[in-house]
Amino acid sequence: MDNSINASEKKPNIFQRFGRGFVQFWKDFGHGFVNFFKKLGSGFKNFFVNFGKRFADGSIGTKLSHFIMGAGSFYHKQYIKGAIFLILQVLFILFMVMCPTVNGTPYGWKALGNLALKGNPGGYDDMGRLIEADDSTLFLLFGLVTIAIIILFIIVYLVNIASSYKADQDEKSGKKPTSFKEDWGNLLDSRFHILMLTPTCIAALVFTVIPTIFMISMAFSTYNIVDMNDATEPYMKNLFHWNGLTNFIDLFKGKTTLGHEIGARFFPVLGWTFIWAFFATTTCYFGGILLALLINKKGLQFKKVFRTIFILTIAIPQFISLLAMRNLLNGNGPVNQILMNFGWISKPIGFLGNNTVGDNPYLAKVMVIIINMWLGVPYTMLMTSGILMNIPTDLYEAARVDGTSPIKMLFKITFPYVFFVTMPYLISSFVGNINSFNTIFLLTGGGPSVVGGTYVAGETDLLVTWLYKLTIDNGEYNTGAVVGILTFIITATITLIAYRNSKSYKEEDTFQ
Amino acid sequence: MKQKKVLLTIRSRAILSRTLSYLGLVTLSLIWIIPIFWIVLSAFRTEVNSDGQLIGIVVSNYFPKKFGVQNFINLFQGQFYGVKGVFPRWILNTLIVAVVDCLISTFLVLSVAYCMSKLKFKMRKPFMNLTMILGLFPGFMSMIAIYFLLKSIGLAGNSADNAWLNIVGLILAYSAGAGMGFQVAKGFFDVLPSSLVESAKLDGCSNFKIFWKIILPLSKPIIIYTALMSFTGPWMDFIFAKVIIGTGAPECWTVSVGLYSLLFGAQSDVNFFTQFAAGCVCVGIPIVGLFMFLQKYYVEGVTAGAVKG
Repeated sequence: MDNSINASEKKPNIFQRFGRGFVQFWKDFGHGFVNFFKKLGSGFKNFFVNFGKRFADGSIGTKLSHFIMGAGSFYHKQYIKGAIFLILQVLFILFMVMCPTVNGTPYGWKALGNLALKGNPGGYDDMGRLIEADDSTLFLLFGLVTIAIIILFIIVYLVNIASSYKADQDEKSGKKPTSFKEDWGNLLDSRFHILMLTPTCIAALVFTVIPTIFMISMAFSTYNIVDMNDATEPYMKNLFHWNGLTNFIDLFKGKTTLGHEIGARFFPVLGWTFIWAFFATTTCYFGGILLALLINKKGLQFKKVFRTIFILTIAIPQFISLLAMRNLLNGNGPVNQILMNFGWISKPIGFLGNNTVGDNPYLAKVMVIIINMWLGVPYTMLMTSGILMNIPTDLYEAARVDGTSPIKMLFKITFPYVFFVTMPYLISSFVGNINSFNTIFLLTGGGPSVVGGTYVAGETDLLVTWLYKLTIDNGEYNTGAVVGILTFIITATITLIAYRNSKSYKEEDTFQ
Repeated sequence: MKQKKVLLTIRSRAILSRTLSYLGLVTLSLIWIIPIFWIVLSAFRTEVNSDGQLIGIVVSNYFPKKFGVQNFINLFQGQFYGVKGVFPRWILNTLIVAVVDCLISTFLVLSVAYCMSKLKFKMRKPFMNLTMILGLFPGFMSMIAIYFLLKSIGLAGNSADNAWLNIVGLILAYSAGAGMGFQVAKGFFDVLPSSLVESAKLDGCSNFKIFWKIILPLSKPIIIYTALMSFTGPWMDFIFAKVIIGTGAPECWTVSVGLYSLLFGAQSDVNFFTQFAAGCVCVGIPIVGLFMFLQKYYVEGVTAGAVKG
């Protein structure tokens, strides 16, 4: 125990550690970046060398496989496999050439061309009939989907060649090429991970990767409902174009009204987001540990009852408890009424800042953090209860013999131990709080509001809730995407630094 | 004599500290209970105003002067957003989404977690890093794009006739990302001894058989935890459902979107508050019951999650 106290005194303070971590992170990041491209380069080289080698070495079947998928499999009498490859190729070619249209927007090669976002503006033909304009959202989306399909096809194509080449090798070494049944068996055994991961990979590609790229692209376009509704003709409402870095520049230079309003609020909102994330994480964390200590105190009865009460609040859907809180603390809600009945206040207090513009922003901020404790403390209590019981009791015994006070034990034994074990949770909970939409949206809706325009974030708005207002309420998709990208860059940097730091932290001094 | 006095002080100090602990715990419990209890009471209060209408938020007295189930009757038979009896429909929608999502998500989570924990293959590390990076994007950003994507294939923003299509869309959206939340389950599998897998391999078991016959039967706690989390997800989630199905007809909303719209939607009304509370009770009781019933597994999962993030 003495040892660890000494070690902790010698350790640089948190700021120095963070600073060092920061420098180290960017150094490593640079290295990693260069290495990544070096690896990629050598990977590409190997790929083409192998590709050429296979083509030269392979049997006629393998050679044919480069043009007609499945030819190699047919050559090796693996008919089912060959048929699957062939069908996939036919389907792919049909998809690319025929360009199936959905909602008047084509897939296939046309979708790739449409990625330029040069849509037909529509208009009226000679007879005065309306020709609908193209929908740029669908252009972008279908273009991305088509690219994803092409990438998947290339993977299948390479698998097809590799499979034929492997069959060649098997034949050369006197073995029989694998049958379809054996392939299926492999999929259940040595290549089980492929079978297990494919559904998730495809789902992630469609529902995470494509949407993310889609939203990133929005930041470089003119996609906002306000401008589009102002279009000279009503039928042009669905058109937008690329406009490079203009949105980013607008935000920092603040020349347009929108850019000005957003630029003026960006850093205050960012600052509050961090203050919120810091306090929301730490208050819940330490509050939870203290509550767990209290509940698990030796000799207390009814532990289960108390625990159940706190678990009850976890089990209740958050939107219910948050809306209940909001109504309790509302300007004309019960709490204000009771306070007024007692004569302690003369007019309602805007605890959550959703009454009027004049509400105190600091009060709202503090209230949000306190209510968040109400939500989060039981969870941490539950989580740390198990960990607290795992702390070796001889640590406490030794400290007691040395005459250490309970408070000191708390700070020197309990907190470091729990802290050490739950570091990963702390980091992920910090990131979770940066993106904590529900709490703010349902409690304050961002209020108290700030004077200064349509797009201005309220006092308690986080970056995410602001993002919601910008996109869903105001239809400023491009500017919202810019805010989203900046949020990502900031959270990603901090998280990666923290992860790195926690790892090295673990290595340099293990507890005890 | 002196010793006795010391003993006495130790004992009285212990009693004092215990009393203080009880006092603290009871106070805290009250703080945690009062808002919840307030909602439950509101659900059963039937005070009326001078027009004979149910009062929304009663501010003057915490305990109702008149009890009754009128709120529940109104909720189930009344008309919201121009649709009669829409509340049972919201419950049904949420139930369908929850059940299907629970099945798909549990399967995806367990399969990915097992791969990451017990199988060794080339893409393991890159895959884990990639999921971490993707997890750092604000989920909200991709939500809007998912909405456009679903809408383009007709699975979002539909009218009442095709409400079920919106439900399918929501199920897809919920369960598609599930596989990336494998960390807690992976933590569980990590703790299972690798010797189990190795000895089974020596006996000639395939990886599939090991997973199906050996690992899964041992994984009851984590299966239940994962299923519980994915089942309660749709009942608890608000924003995702609002973005994906909020633009569709009221018939395709889930409970959270519907209840929110009673208080803050286009046709919201302060006087709906007691009915909102009744709705909360309808949703809350089964979910809380489920949590209490499966408490053991939930705590186990939460504790594992602490270490794994």
